[in-house]
Amino acid sequence: MTEVSGNGAQPASDPGHHGAFARWFNRRGWADLTIATPYVWLVIFFLVPFLIVVAMSVATRTPTSPPFSFGGEHPLINTATYDRLFSDSLYIRAFLTSIRNAAFATLLCLLIGYPMALGLTRVSKSWRNILLMLVILPFWTSFLLRVYAWMGLMGNNSWFNKLLTAGYNMMMPEEWAIRSIQMMNTNFAVVLVTVYSYLPFMILPLYANLEKLDLTLNEAAEDLGSRPFRVFLDVTLPLSVPGIIAGGLLVFIPASGELIIPGLVGNPSQPMIGRVIQDEFASARDWPMASAVAVGLLLLLVVPMMLYSHFEAKAHEKRAMEP
Amino acid sequence: MKRKSRFLVTMLCFGFAFFYVPILSMIVFSFNNARLATVWGGFSTKWYGKLFENDQVINAAILSLKIALLSATIATILGTMAGLALARFKSFRGRTLFSGLVTAPLIMPEVITGISSLIFFIMLAEWVGWPAQRGFATVTLAHITFSMVFVTTIVHSRLSEADVAVEEAAMDLGSRPWQVMKDVTLPIISPAILSGWLLAFTISLDDVVITSFTTGPGNTTLPLLIWSKVKLGVTPDINALATITVSVVGVGVIIAGFLMNAAERRKERDAQLAYQSNL
Repeated sequence: MTEVSGNGAQPASDPGHHGAFARWFNRRGWADLTIATPYVWLVIFFLVPFLIVVAMSVATRTPTSPPFSFGGEHPLINTATYDRLFSDSLYIRAFLTSIRNAAFATLLCLLIGYPMALGLTRVSKSWRNILLMLVILPFWTSFLLRVYAWMGLMGNNSWFNKLLTAGYNMMMPEEWAIRSIQMMNTNFAVVLVTVYSYLPFMILPLYANLEKLDLTLNEAAEDLGSRPFRVFLDVTLPLSVPGIIAGGLLVFIPASGELIIPGLVGNPSQPMIGRVIQDEFASARDWPMASAVAVGLLLLLVVPMMLYSHFEAKAHEKRAMEP
Repeated sequence: MKRKSRFLVTMLCFGFAFFYVPILSMIVFSFNNARLATVWGGFSTKWYGKLFENDQVINAAILSLKIALLSATIATILGTMAGLALARFKSFRGRTLFSGLVTAPLIMPEVITGISSLIFFIMLAEWVGWPAQRGFATVTLAHITFSMVFVTTIVHSRLSEADVAVEEAAMDLGSRPWQVMKDVTLPIISPAILSGWLLAFTISLDDVVITSFTTGPGNTTLPLLIWSKVKLGVTPDINALATITVSVVGVGVIIAGFLMNAAERRKERDAQLAYQSNL
């Protein structure tokens, strides 16, 4: 057995050389087909639509159908949309609201998710499997229904709201007493429901990262006299930075473009960026402006996205290297 | 160590309460007799009957299932091909662009994917006359595109873990190439293909944003129906629908979890037996 695998491992260690199987796969044209089919599909249905949006963002809005035009009497590249994007307070406020809500949600996910992920690595193996399943389970149920569950809890007449109100009234002086806490239609509600919906995305990469850490390092630090919290700060936390980054991006990126959560529980007078894109397109019928806002959101997320794919590629390499 | 773990256990309890209290509350209130969805008014199962009174919900569910089955299947084929291409062909022309195209839909905000698909379909109708109406076909195409990359990720990472040498060893031992494909490569990636299909299916079944951009009149999927009802506020029949969904998914996931656990244990036992008999 060792002889054969030693023999066969050769092509893998030498990327330039293809083994007999790979050669057969290539010769029959299977390789070209395997690459070309998904490639062409993604170019047609993902890259081309995306490029159309980028081009649309510099088109001119006209009262025709479809409501835009390129060139002709209008400038080929019309930057009017971008001028508005960077000067109109509507767009700037929407961007700021989105970033703020997404940042708060990411931070809260980290504060709740980190101890949970760390706790998951410290429980017994059978418990761990059950708890991991419980983390993933809400993820398989409908996203919409999870948002809806909170609508039921946050309403002014709900038992949860009454509970919180009673707690508040008990702690505060009588003249400050309130009848209910306004939770629905606030940015607080958006952050809360975003945390609820995206928390598994924070826990799972963190858990994967923390699980691989070498516990003997912690023991060594403790043997040398460090307090448990000190060990955490000096050993565990620095080693889990890749997990924190992966989890943070997995929460921040979708949260900033979120459309459903702010649409259902958010403050309608403080729209987030997803809503602005939809309104520009559907209500205002201003396709160039909608496209420019979309490109703006993308530019905002380009740095975090690049970071994510960079780390993802590195993790992939590492996985491939491991025996 | 003791003090810290008490803190961690507390956080775990708090976290799982956070996860499950809203869902449990929703389930309890689905049996609420009162018209007001958030105030308890006695036990009743009438909202479950109400839910199926008209076939709106059933029709939407059937449409969703059709789209999900078709799009998940095509997405799995395309996604597996892309995963194979990335894992087995280290250099081909345009590989950088290809790996970019496979990652981008994963992290692209759904609003942008949705609006670009919508504009694309409108322009396509303008240029080639198809699709004249958006609906089943356009939604399915959009779902395939953004769910296939999830399959690719799963298949790719499974193949990166697997040793290429096994395929070559089978070749060296005299297997025909198609036998290698059937007996070695497919068994290696079949769990990945299965979980990829399940993920693509769930993503399609659950999607609101991209569907709402790419669908047309008369083609309301279940999430879009729920979305339009929920926008008007909390209603008891949605609680009933949610309870049914959560129960079906919960039972499914628990069964799948047990099956996977059992398979893993069997594999471990087999490996141990094989090892012992070799000694």
